[in-house]
Amino acid sequence: MRNLVIEPTSKTPKVILNADLGIFEITGRSIPEDAIGFYRKVLDWIEEYSKSPLSETVFKFQLEYFNTSSSKCLLDIFRKLERMHKNGNKVQIRWHYDSDDEDMAETGQDYQALLDVPFELVPV
Amino acid sequence: MSMTYSYYKNMQLNNIIFVYQGEVTADLVSSILQMVENKLEGEGEDRKVKKRVFNVMVECLQNVYHHLDALPPTDPSNPVRDKTALLMIGREEKDYYIITGNHVLNDRIPDLKARLDRINRSSKEELKQLYQEVLTGTGFSEKGTAGLGMIDIARKSGQRLGYDFHPVNEKYSFFSLEARVSRIPEK
Repeated sequence: MRNLVIEPTSKTPKVILNADLGIFEITGRSIPEDAIGFYRKVLDWIEEYSKSPLSETVFKFQLEYFNTSSSKCLLDIFRKLERMHKNGNKVQIRWHYDSDDEDMAETGQDYQALLDVPFELVPV
Repeated sequence: MSMTYSYYKNMQLNNIIFVYQGEVTADLVSSILQMVENKLEGEGEDRKVKKRVFNVMVECLQNVYHHLDALPPTDPSNPVRDKTALLMIGREEKDYYIITGNHVLNDRIPDLKARLDRINRSSKEELKQLYQEVLTGTGFSEKGTAGLGMIDIARKSGQRLGYDFHPVNEKYSFFSLEARVSRIPEK
């Protein structure tokens, strides 16, 4: 399938979804007014990918800031990865955060508690 | 021109970093965020504090932006015809404060007030639970993420949200919201 690369802006993160290299990353800041519009492509890509995923999918998130509209979209992404996991695929979410950013650590823990998929908190 | 000095003194007295009155667009929100972020950066504010202020600012400003969008086109006979708002950011000795002001339909006040009061009554733990309920769609039934925004503001602020509804006419009131972020990092 086609790889998806979205370059970052002051309000949206860098997205790399590359099934050839096994790189799945969302990094930077995610504070768009229209988060649903931004994440639609990402969600569609993951939906398509989940039909025949690699033997292992490690999805990296490293966000500096995100707004509450993005938080719903992130949950939608996690739900898709959770479904892949439940379907017997090897999936891991890695939530990277600045080690002195307690708020971002806490947000990661919030998601962790809501999901049934390997979800690792990685202080950087 | 004689007013300029008194505006200046007034802003200085109230520790106002930034004030804007006018139409709120996505571009404007971006510019304000950029400007205030640069200012916080330049003044060497604590990193944690800076992040919190930025986060709260994003939610407050976008709240107003979405909120105004949600207002129906106003009746031409209505005196409140514009979609303008007030955005204000200040820095006191102990806190940063972010104040927004915009018109709301009077019909919406009871719901808005109930939500704000519930948030203000909630403990840190209760806010976390409420956040998760709204995030997963089992919390207060309402469209979009406006509910989540205010809970997030309260969580990051760690202080009660200040608010006021100033009656404008039989249809509208002016809603102001104040969120404070402590400049003294915990621990």
